[in-house]
Amino acid sequence: MKLKQVTHSRSGDKGNISNVSVIVYRMEDYEKVKKQVTAEKVKDYFHEIVKGDVVRYELPKIGALNFVMQNALGGGVTKSLTLDRHGKSLSSALMDMEIDMEADVDDSNY
Amino acid sequence: MKKIRIGSGAGYAGDRIEPAMELIQKGNLDYIIFECLAERTIALAQQEKMKNPDMGYNHLLKYRMDKVLSLCVENNVTLITNMGAANPLAAAKIVKNIAEEKGIHDLKIAAVIGDDVYPNIEKYSECSIIETGVPLKDVKSSIISANAYIGISGIVTALKEGADIVITGRVSDPSLVVAPLQHEFGWQDTDYELLGKGTAAGHLLECAAQVTGGYFADPGYKDVPDLWNVGYPIAEVQGNGDFFLTKLEDSGGMVTAATVKEQVVYEIHDPTRYLTPDVIADFSQIEVIEKVTNQVHITGVSGKEKSGLYKTSIGYVDGYIVEAEISYGGSGCLERSRQAEEVVRHRLSQANIEIQEMRIDHIGSNSLYGSSISEPLYDRERLSEVRLRVAARTADKGAADVIGQEVEALYTNGPAGGGGVRVNVQEVVSIASILIPSEEITIEVTYEEVGKIETQASHSL
Repeated sequence: MKLKQVTHSRSGDKGNISNVSVIVYRMEDYEKVKKQVTAEKVKDYFHEIVKGDVVRYELPKIGALNFVMQNALGGGVTKSLTLDRHGKSLSSALMDMEIDMEADVDDSNY
Repeated sequence: MKKIRIGSGAGYAGDRIEPAMELIQKGNLDYIIFECLAERTIALAQQEKMKNPDMGYNHLLKYRMDKVLSLCVENNVTLITNMGAANPLAAAKIVKNIAEEKGIHDLKIAAVIGDDVYPNIEKYSECSIIETGVPLKDVKSSIISANAYIGISGIVTALKEGADIVITGRVSDPSLVVAPLQHEFGWQDTDYELLGKGTAAGHLLECAAQVTGGYFADPGYKDVPDLWNVGYPIAEVQGNGDFFLTKLEDSGGMVTAATVKEQVVYEIHDPTRYLTPDVIADFSQIEVIEKVTNQVHITGVSGKEKSGLYKTSIGYVDGYIVEAEISYGGSGCLERSRQAEEVVRHRLSQANIEIQEMRIDHIGSNSLYGSSISEPLYDRERLSEVRLRVAARTADKGAADVIGQEVEALYTNGPAGGGGVRVNVQEVVSIASILIPSEEITIEVTYEEVGKIETQASHSL
């Protein structure tokens, strides 16, 4: 299943840092999405684009995760050579990530 | 119970004016804010001011004021904007002239200044640049601007002294909203929880249509009614800082829990520490409740004492960027675009020019995400067109021009059927950030008045 089936997203920029949100449509999906969409997984997914660390922050009462990605915008809006200097389109890429919503939330092997 | 209604009239420098006009006429507003200053906009405005000391304000200032000034006066709406950019004083004079042309009387226009620290830039040469860690003196020779993100104090003073229009340069975006709230409700500078809640209102309003269905629509997943006519948001705020967001009933778009949640997280980092010059707002426990259609209540925001440091954006010229493109179509288009890439790379390697960085994309296949994300998403056999894009950064303009010429030369010297060459060479203005202590900044408010005898008064804070 694509992440887009259960969440929505928006990305923004500050200098050379991109942040991408992942927000569940239904609060009951929050824990599963949290288990599936880790900072490591997001960093690996964007490995061609994001050259720095990825930190995940949580806003539990609105069912949102916030991925803050360092060195993600080709040097920043002012000097980046990328077509999308702000990384506005990164949210749409993340929504195409495959996740397994059937996986057990408490599965410690994950 | 006293409630203050604040509308958003612009979310970026070039935003649409029609929804702002609707809001002023029908929104029952007390205030409208126009947020028009991105990180780099003010550096570009400083360049204009250097060429002409009467310029350096937002390009659409005259256009916007021509459309909304009379409406604001008729509907008793106070306007607060950072459209002053590098030159709030000149912008205030422009607004005065427009008011006089329109026969408006008794209008007080405030210009808030003090954010421009360029005259003192020597003092900060040892400060380290936040993004790179190197001292500011390393880029000193090419600095063209230095503006601190100041807070609410200048705007609050202007409102206390009866300003109808408040024009600033660089201020923190949410401060455009927090200032009228502090003024109206008598909040103190140390009421951090209230300032945090007000900052949330400002954060949600500052990008205008981004909270009312703009930048949200995704047909089949997130449908938005009448996106073409998307309205701008209104926040109705109480003295305890609780507020709801809404829009005009007859505008397009929508205000839902989902549109608001996306904007809550937009361009924030650690939600427990959203830094502004006024407060450190804490959005981590925010709650968003859709009570009735197009009315979303926001609670749970708090705040902590501010850092006492102003983030300051330094603009500096930093070489050139060239972007050159050519399109290939029909079957085999991606292969021809890749052949064109090889040809350009080979020719440039022999061109004896210095290129700091170069990037070549094939738009339609990999330009946004690179190959690992993009390739599973498309069928290369079925691409009907691809656009080769060569982008490079160079220290001098001559090298940038050579790269553009090599892409153009693909017309007669490249693969078959290339068309639609466009070449753009631009000087780069980069931004570096430093932190400076707030006590080193002196904020002043200056007035232009229409229909009064005295034309100028100055007040130091």
